[in-house]
Amino acid sequence: MAVLKVPTTRDFTDRKIIKRRNRKELTVFLLLLLCASVSVLTTIGIVTTLAVETVPFFQKVSVIEFLTGTKWAPLFTPQHFGVLPLACGTLLITLTAGIVALPLGLATAIYLSEYASDRLRRVVKPVLETLAGIPTVVYGYFALTFVTPLLQKIFPGINIFNALSGGIVVGIMIMPMVATLSEDSLTAVPYSIREAAYALGSTRFETAGRVMVPSALSGIMASFILALSRAIGETMIVTIAAGATPKLTLNPLESIQTMTAYIVQISLGDAPYGSIEYNTLFAVGMLLFLFTLVMNILAKVVTRRYGVIYQ
Amino acid sequence: MNNRDYFSRRLAARKRTDKIFHFVFMGATGIGMALLLVLLADICKEGIKYLDGQFLTSFPSRFPERAGIKSALAGTLWLITLVAPLTFVFGVGTALFLEEFIPRKNIWNKIIQTNIANLAGVPSIIYGILGLAVFVRMLALGRSVLAGALTMTLLILPIVIVAAQEAIRSVPVSMRHASFALGATRWQTVRHVVFPSALPGILTGMILAVSRAIGETAPMIMIGSMAFVAFTPRNPLDYFTVLPIQIFNWTARPQDAFREVAASGIVVLLAVLLATNALAVLLRNRYQKKS
Repeated sequence: MAVLKVPTTRDFTDRKIIKRRNRKELTVFLLLLLCASVSVLTTIGIVTTLAVETVPFFQKVSVIEFLTGTKWAPLFTPQHFGVLPLACGTLLITLTAGIVALPLGLATAIYLSEYASDRLRRVVKPVLETLAGIPTVVYGYFALTFVTPLLQKIFPGINIFNALSGGIVVGIMIMPMVATLSEDSLTAVPYSIREAAYALGSTRFETAGRVMVPSALSGIMASFILALSRAIGETMIVTIAAGATPKLTLNPLESIQTMTAYIVQISLGDAPYGSIEYNTLFAVGMLLFLFTLVMNILAKVVTRRYGVIYQ
Repeated sequence: MNNRDYFSRRLAARKRTDKIFHFVFMGATGIGMALLLVLLADICKEGIKYLDGQFLTSFPSRFPERAGIKSALAGTLWLITLVAPLTFVFGVGTALFLEEFIPRKNIWNKIIQTNIANLAGVPSIIYGILGLAVFVRMLALGRSVLAGALTMTLLILPIVIVAAQEAIRSVPVSMRHASFALGATRWQTVRHVVFPSALPGILTGMILAVSRAIGETAPMIMIGSMAFVAFTPRNPLDYFTVLPIQIFNWTARPQDAFREVAASGIVVLLAVLLATNALAVLLRNRYQKKS
């Protein structure tokens, strides 16, 4: 640890020294202010870039056509710019992921907070953290080379690229998030509430299901929303495993395309700068940004409005 | 039927439900554990074939047996070297500013705080779009390591800021008071008292954030290149590739042999991540002993 210079009386009386010190304080303050402004500038940057390139897009394609059109084919002639197939692909992936991750994650959270011994918890939590830390491209590889062949044995007619495989693996990816966040909110419920339930003769399951989960409901809901928002924004797994054919379908056995996968496809194809194909990237990006922003705000509202703060 | 009979019959049923759900919850937890094992086993099994010294020292190739990961590994190392100092300066700077220099109730503090929380929830691909528009096109950095590193810095900044804030907050207020009582200015207090004691926590958060940057693929695809990169970057403005892009490239090819090469790449990527995390633990232990 650095040692402070011992100040002499002069240090406190000499105007020059005081002035220098004050100037230094001000410089540091301004430098740190600069650092802090980076994050604000990032937000401004995101919104402006998306807006600047989205506006020329909507000059060529009407907002109504974009939001209600049922055909997405910007790379073919005649071009179609209906975003619904992409949104539907994202919805399908998010639904599948939710069906996998929400029950599994919540059950894990309940097991960890209500049933597991401390020793077991010390094993399970690092495993969850590891699962959460695995890069998404690795999950994508896993979906394509492990989950898809497995699904092909169950559904022989399934496409190599399909929404089911991608959705399941996105579910695996967001499961640790649901588990950790839900467990946090379950453990935040005071122990006395749990003890009261046991004292009334409840079994463990009744305590967990009728007392603990309802008490922690706002936190659990927030974890669900945040995890689903992650699923909406997830890119690599769906790019690798779910295909590249925008389709307005809710059949998970088919090949689809999500909004994120479309953005990757366009950026790989090197669409000429300023062309309408290039602009679609930002229009779709804007929609994606708004979706996740709404979800994140919703999560915050749920915690704030319905959250009970136990003291 | 009297009440006692009813109760004991219900009790048996309740206990049965309890037992069933005990197994259900345990099973769900077990599935998570099993998935990690299956995933790792699958990748190791596939990846072992091409994983050798030649793989680490060769450039990508059209032939799976000659393909290597040298350029991607170099790109990732470049990325780490650029991202780590940038995020450290801006992340810790922001955290210190919010925690030490303006009051928590201040409206600006609240605005920046909310902003950071929202940024943390923005999908990584949106950062890719931002990087493409601002760094690649507007600042004309091209598809360079520097453009990638700046994009990644913005992406992981919220994580670093939150981790650093927590570390700074855990420094006891009494230490600050002691320093002020000795006549130290705010910056002297921060520099000599708060920062050193918060450093282990800050470093842990930093390294976890950097390992997120190492594994991110989507924004890098938007900035970087998917094509052959048969050289290692020499300066920050060079064309580049990183491990996740290379893995994606191999995975996306139709030939099965390249899938195995991709698995080898994943093993290398996971090894790099493991190494960074081990470093985090080591650093934390060392600094904790000192202070």
